[in-house]
Parts: sequence; structure tokens; C-alpha cells
Amino acid sequence: MIYVKGVNQDQKWDEINVGGNITEGGTALDVNTGDWRIMIPRFHEDKCKQCMLCFPVCPDSAIPVQNEKRLDFNFKHCKGCGVCFKVCPFEGAITWEKEDK
Amino acid sequence: MGIRRLLSGNEATATAMKQINPDVVAAYPITPSTEVVHYFSQYVADGEVDTEFVAVESEHSAMSACIGASAAGGRTATVTSACGLALMWELLYVASGQRLPMTLAVINRALSGPININNDHSDSMGARDSGWIQLYSENNQEAYDNYVMSWRISEHKDVLLPVMVCQDGFITSHAVENIELIEDEKVKEFVGEFKPERHLIDGGPLSVGPYDTPHFYFEHQYQRAQAMKRAKQVILDVSKEFAAMTGRGYGLFEEYKMADAERVIVVLNSSAGTAKVAADQLRAKGEKVGVLKLRVFRPFPHAEVAKALSNAKAVAVMDKCDSFNGMGGPVFVDVRTACYDLATRPQIVNYIYGLGGRDVTVDNFLYVYEKLTEIINSGTNTDDIYRHVGVRGVN
Repeated sequence: MIYVKGVNQDQKWDEINVGGNITEGGTALDVNTGDWRIMIPRFHEDKCKQCMLCFPVCPDSAIPVQNEKRLDFNFKHCKGCGVCFKVCPFEGAITWEKEDK
Repeated sequence: MGIRRLLSGNEATATAMKQINPDVVAAYPITPSTEVVHYFSQYVADGEVDTEFVAVESEHSAMSACIGASAAGGRTATVTSACGLALMWELLYVASGQRLPMTLAVINRALSGPININNDHSDSMGARDSGWIQLYSENNQEAYDNYVMSWRISEHKDVLLPVMVCQDGFITSHAVENIELIEDEKVKEFVGEFKPERHLIDGGPLSVGPYDTPHFYFEHQYQRAQAMKRAKQVILDVSKEFAAMTGRGYGLFEEYKMADAERVIVVLNSSAGTAKVAADQLRAKGEKVGVLKLRVFRPFPHAEVAKALSNAKAVAVMDKCDSFNGMGGPVFVDVRTACYDLATRPQIVNYIYGLGGRDVTVDNFLYVYEKLTEIINSGTNTDDIYRHVGVRGVN
């Protein structure tokens, strides 16, 4: 029986945890789920008033906040749900468009 | 020296549970396994065990609670029969797939319908491919011994699979027999402490049962398949250690008068005793007959069974469970497949017997041995391998 930290698709059957157990916390951070999007929000800093309505409604962790300011989107976990765009009261601070892939 | 006691198979199982003193027992009563839960909950009420007894509302919940308890690092047990086992079905696969050790005493009973509460093996045989180890017991002593051994097998680091310890409902579960118990201290020492490498309350982060994507699921199933293969050696090792303690030796199966046997009956659970009586009667007349009694059905000891049957001329595989597949019962299909690689194969037929508590007599086995003689003399054909014994109008 083995317990390893982290999994990747190169590991062989005897190099991964039995039963699929995950033996560390916060592992979802390492997984790119940002490739599910069809629509994408865009951040325009010049139009943003830093009202902070958007980041608490983000269902994932796509809106980083530092020193009381929201920064540009972190798209690694953004599913393109559009909740931030919907809640933003300021014209053009968050725009909503089809993502080109 | 052991302790001589008169116990039913159910009380013997409950007594073994008491001696092992599991951390958690979650169970729901169903005939004919109810007594085990009844006895054990009395031990809990009387403070004879430290077990957390969870009185659940169904067998689905019982197995769910056991999965949670085992994942949390607890030594865990449950008991059931028939429809109770069927209601656990979904979770049986989860328990073995999550590689959670536990023991389930199956007091074998027919799966309806029409409704029937008596013995056959359709419950545990249905669960034969759920990733659980299955041990079968001829009598009360074997039910007790297999139960004590099951923990060491289930919790072994090379295995980590749950175990079903099966015995025949009413026939052994309710019949009182003289058996030899092992002293409490010796059982405790033999079973030891359950120390899983990781569990949910050990302090470190652990997620049990996360979604397994197509990138990993197949590898986890391969792990489970390998564990089942490794279980064979662990069962043999544990049985050897058990024999050193008790003087009672167990293998993957028992070979009864097999040395020069030309006609062999393969059977498991209580009817093996009846088959042995039939074999004794024919041996007394100089006939070369034997019995192969399977103890371990999962993992299926295919190479060993094939070797044991390699010198036989004709074999009848007894199934107390019909697969309704137009071909034959589960034990038959596996035994016959196992023999395919033999250079010279015996002729092998199936007899479905004893369904729903139909009495199984010595005469039934004498009849089967007689049919094996006919097969040796005249051969058989593949249209005539799937047979029944004891059905009115058939024989």
C-alpha cells in the first residue's frame, strides 16, 4: 500500500493511492478546470470602482483580491458562469464575450 | 486447549464478534441472520463489548455506516441475509472499491420470489463479483473459525478487501452443534489491532471516495483485481497460523477421499457434510468417489481446483443457486472454466440443488454419483450439462 502526494496521468497503476484516496488538502488548486468555458468575463481596471461586489459571488476562486483591491481574473478555475458580469453595477468594468479557443 | 460449547451457527458468529470486539457494528435484522444481531446487541447492552452499535433503518444504511466507520479507521462488522444483502448491493462495490476492510457474516438465504426465507446461496452468489472475498463454511465450527480468520485477511496490507463469511441459513445458523471456541485472549492476540495506514480521523488530510475520472478509474480497478489475486496467499498464510493455534487446518478447499477418486462432487457450505456421507457409503463398497469442498470462492482458486480435479473422470458441480442463464450455476461455470487448461479434462456437469430450503439428502448425492457413472460409460453432451436434482417431475 502506498500513499503519494499529487497524481498525474503518467503514473502507473501501482504509483497512485489505493481506492483513489486523496491524502493532502487543497488539491483542486492544481487542477485546471478553466478549460470548460464557452463564455469568458474580461476585467477593465480603468472602469472598475473596486466596489467588491464581484469577488464574493464568484463560485470558484477566479477573482483574486490583494491589498483590498480586486485584480485581473485568474482563469485557471473560471468556468465562465457570468455571475460576476451580472452583479457588476458599472458599465464596462466587466465585459462578457465568447471565448476564442 | 479450547473451550467446548454447544452453540448455533448464529451464536457462534456472535460469540466470535464479541471476542473480536469491533469498534462499530451497524446491522439490520433479517431472517435467518437476526439472531446474530440480537445476541450481539445484548452484549453491547450488557457492556461486554466496547462496540458502537448502530441500529440502522435498512441494510443500505448498514453498509453505508460500515463504509464510514471503516474509512474512519474503525474495525467494522455487519450481518445480513438474502434481500438484506441485495439492498446492500450498491454499497458492496463501494466498500471493496474504496478498499475498506470489514467482515460481513452472510447467513445464506434464498432471494425471492416467490417469497422464501429458507436456505440457498442465491444471495451471496449474486454478490460474487462485487470485489468481496467469500469464505464458505460447512458447519458451525467452520463458521466460527472463518469469522475469526476473516479479519486478518481483510485487514492485511496486501489485500484491504472486505470479506463475506457465509454459512447456511437455518441448517447451520439455527442448528446447535458442539464446537470448540478459542480463548478470548488468544482471539485478541491472533486478530491483533486494526491499524490502517491512513484513515479519516488520523489527523492528516484525507478524502475517501472522491470522483474517479477515466484517467484513473481503470488503474484503481486493476489495483482491486491484483489485491483479490494476492488474497489467495494471505488466506493460506493466515490459515496456517490459525492451524498452529487451534490444530484446525484450512486450505482453499478440502479434498475428501480425492486421492484416487474417479467421480467427484464439488460442493460448498453445509451440503458438503451430506455429500461426504454419500461418498463414505460408496467407498465402503469400493467405489472411487470423492468430494471437493470449496471454502474460498472469491478469489476463485482456479489453478488449484483444476489440479485437484485433473485425475477425475467425471465431476458434478453442485450449485445451491440457479443462474437462469441457460448454461449452469455460478460454481459450475467457474469450475468448468478452471479445468479448460488441463491436458486431459474430466467430464463436468452441473446440478442445481436445494433451492429455497429444499431438503438435501444423502440419496440426492448417491443419485448424482450414479449419474457420473453413466457419464463415464456413455459420455455426455453440451446440451445436457445443466441439470437439477430434487425437483418433482425431473428426477
